[in-house]
Amino acid sequence: MQNAQERPVLDQAELDPEFPRRMTRKAWGENLRRCIQCGNCTGTCPLSEYMDLGPRKIISMVRSGNKTDVLKCDTIWLCASCYECTVECPKEIKITDVMYALKQQALDAGHTPRSMPLPVLDREFFNIVMKLGRSQETWLMALVILKTNWLRGLDLAPMGLKLFAQGRLSLLPDPIKVGTGKKGDLKTIMDACDRLDKEEEKEAGVSSH
Amino acid sequence: MRYIYYPGCSAGGTGKAYDESIVEVFKALNIEMEELKDWNCCGATAYMAVDEAKAFALAARNLAIAEDQYPADEEIHIVAPCSACYLGLLKAKHYTESDPKIGGKIKKALAAADLEYKGKCQVRNPLDVFAHDFGLDKLKAMTKKPLEGLKVASYYGCQIVRPYSEFEERATPVTMDNILKAMGATPVDWSCKTRCCGGMLTWSTGAGKELNYILLKEAEKAGADVIATACPLCNFNLECFQDKIKAKYGMKKEMPVAYYTQLMGLALGLDEKALGMGRLFVPPKIPVKV
Repeated sequence: MQNAQERPVLDQAELDPEFPRRMTRKAWGENLRRCIQCGNCTGTCPLSEYMDLGPRKIISMVRSGNKTDVLKCDTIWLCASCYECTVECPKEIKITDVMYALKQQALDAGHTPRSMPLPVLDREFFNIVMKLGRSQETWLMALVILKTNWLRGLDLAPMGLKLFAQGRLSLLPDPIKVGTGKKGDLKTIMDACDRLDKEEEKEAGVSSH
Repeated sequence: MRYIYYPGCSAGGTGKAYDESIVEVFKALNIEMEELKDWNCCGATAYMAVDEAKAFALAARNLAIAEDQYPADEEIHIVAPCSACYLGLLKAKHYTESDPKIGGKIKKALAAADLEYKGKCQVRNPLDVFAHDFGLDKLKAMTKKPLEGLKVASYYGCQIVRPYSEFEERATPVTMDNILKAMGATPVDWSCKTRCCGGMLTWSTGAGKELNYILLKEAEKAGADVIATACPLCNFNLECFQDKIKAKYGMKKEMPVAYYTQLMGLALGLDEKALGMGRLFVPPKIPVKV
C-alpha cells in the first residue's frame, strides 16, 4: 500500500459517515474522537513495522469515514491483541477493542486478505465453540489448513507428528452439552445475544433518523 | 475462600504439560483446588474478532456458573493459568461491572439461561496465588531440590500484565522471577519480559516468527539456560517453531523453553513425568552444572 501522502484524495461521496458513528456508538468508542494522533500506539506496537497502515493511521481513517480502505487493510489482521497500544494511549482509547470491532466488520463485509489464514481461523474457532462449548485445537488447525493453503499442512506435518507422539494432539473433543435449553445453556445465552444485538441496532437506527 | 480451576481449551492438548504441572504443584503445596464443572471456552482472541456480545457472554458464563455452583457466602477465586483465559475472563468481568451498556447486555443474555451475574468471582492468575496467597517464604521452605545454577529468563508475555492485571506491574513484572528465585534459580535481567510472542500470528506469518526470534535471541544474550513461560501459546510458539526460526535466522544454539510451573515442580522434588517434562520440544537440562 502507498504512503498516506501519496494516496489519492477521496471524494466526500466515497467516505461513509455512518462508519465512524457506528464505531463511536460502541461502549468503548467515545474516546475515538479524542485521539490526538500522537503515534504512541504505532510506536509501541510490536507488529507495526510489518503493517501496511499501523494503528495511528487506522484511527484517523476511521474518523474520516474511510471504511473501504480500513476494512481491506492487513493491519487489523496483524494485531496480535497484546494490548500495548491500549495501555500506552494517553487518551485512553481502547485500540485493541477498536481492532476487534474492525475485524468483525471486515469479516461481515467479506473483506479479508487472501494471504492471511487468521480470518478463516477466527470464523472456524467461533463455529467450533458454538457447537462444542470448547475449542478443539487439532480439528481447528486441520480445518484452517484445508480451507486456506493445504501446502502449509505439509510444512507443519513433522511438528504435528511430534506433538502427537508427545500426547499433545487431542483427537477427540471434550465438549460440554450445548442446546439443552436448561439452566446455564450456552446456546440459549448465544441466541439471546443475537436478539439483544438486533434490538440495539433497531434502537440506534431509530435514534439516528 | 475456594480456588476453582479453569483449565482452558489447550490444557487437554498442546498445553498439557502446563495443566499437569499446575495440578501437581498445587497438590504438593497442599492448596486445594477443584475444576469448574461445565466450563466453556473463554473465547480467546478469535471470538472477539467475530462477535463482541457473544465473546463477552461466553467468558461471563464461566463466572456466572461458578457463582451458581457454590454457596452464596463463599469467596470464589477462579484460577486461570492460560494468559488468554485470564484476560478473557478478567475483561468480561471488567466490562460487565464497569460498563452499563455492555454489562447490561451480558447480564440479560445470561438471564435468558436463568443465570444471574453477581460479580462475586475473583479471577486469579496462578503466579499471583503462588507469590501472594501462598507466599515466597513458604515456597522457599518447601523447596527440596533448589534450582541452583539455573539461569532463567522469566517470560510473562502480554495478556497477564496488560491491561487488567491487578497484581503485576505492566512493564516490569517480578512475580515469576521472585517465585523461581525463592526456589533457588537465578533470574536473568532481560528486556523482553512482556514483549509479544506473536500469538496466533506465529504459525501463519513471518512477522510472528521474527518476534519469537527476538525473544530467543535476547534470552540467549542474557545468558539464560531456559525461558520460563506462563502461557500455552507463548510456550508453543517459542518451542515448536524453534527449529524453523533457528534455520531462518541462523541461530546456532537451542534455547530450552518450559513452563515456570514445571520448574517449580522440579524444585519441589516432583516426578519429571508427572510434570509433563516429556512433552516439551526443547526441554531444559536439569540438573544444571554450576
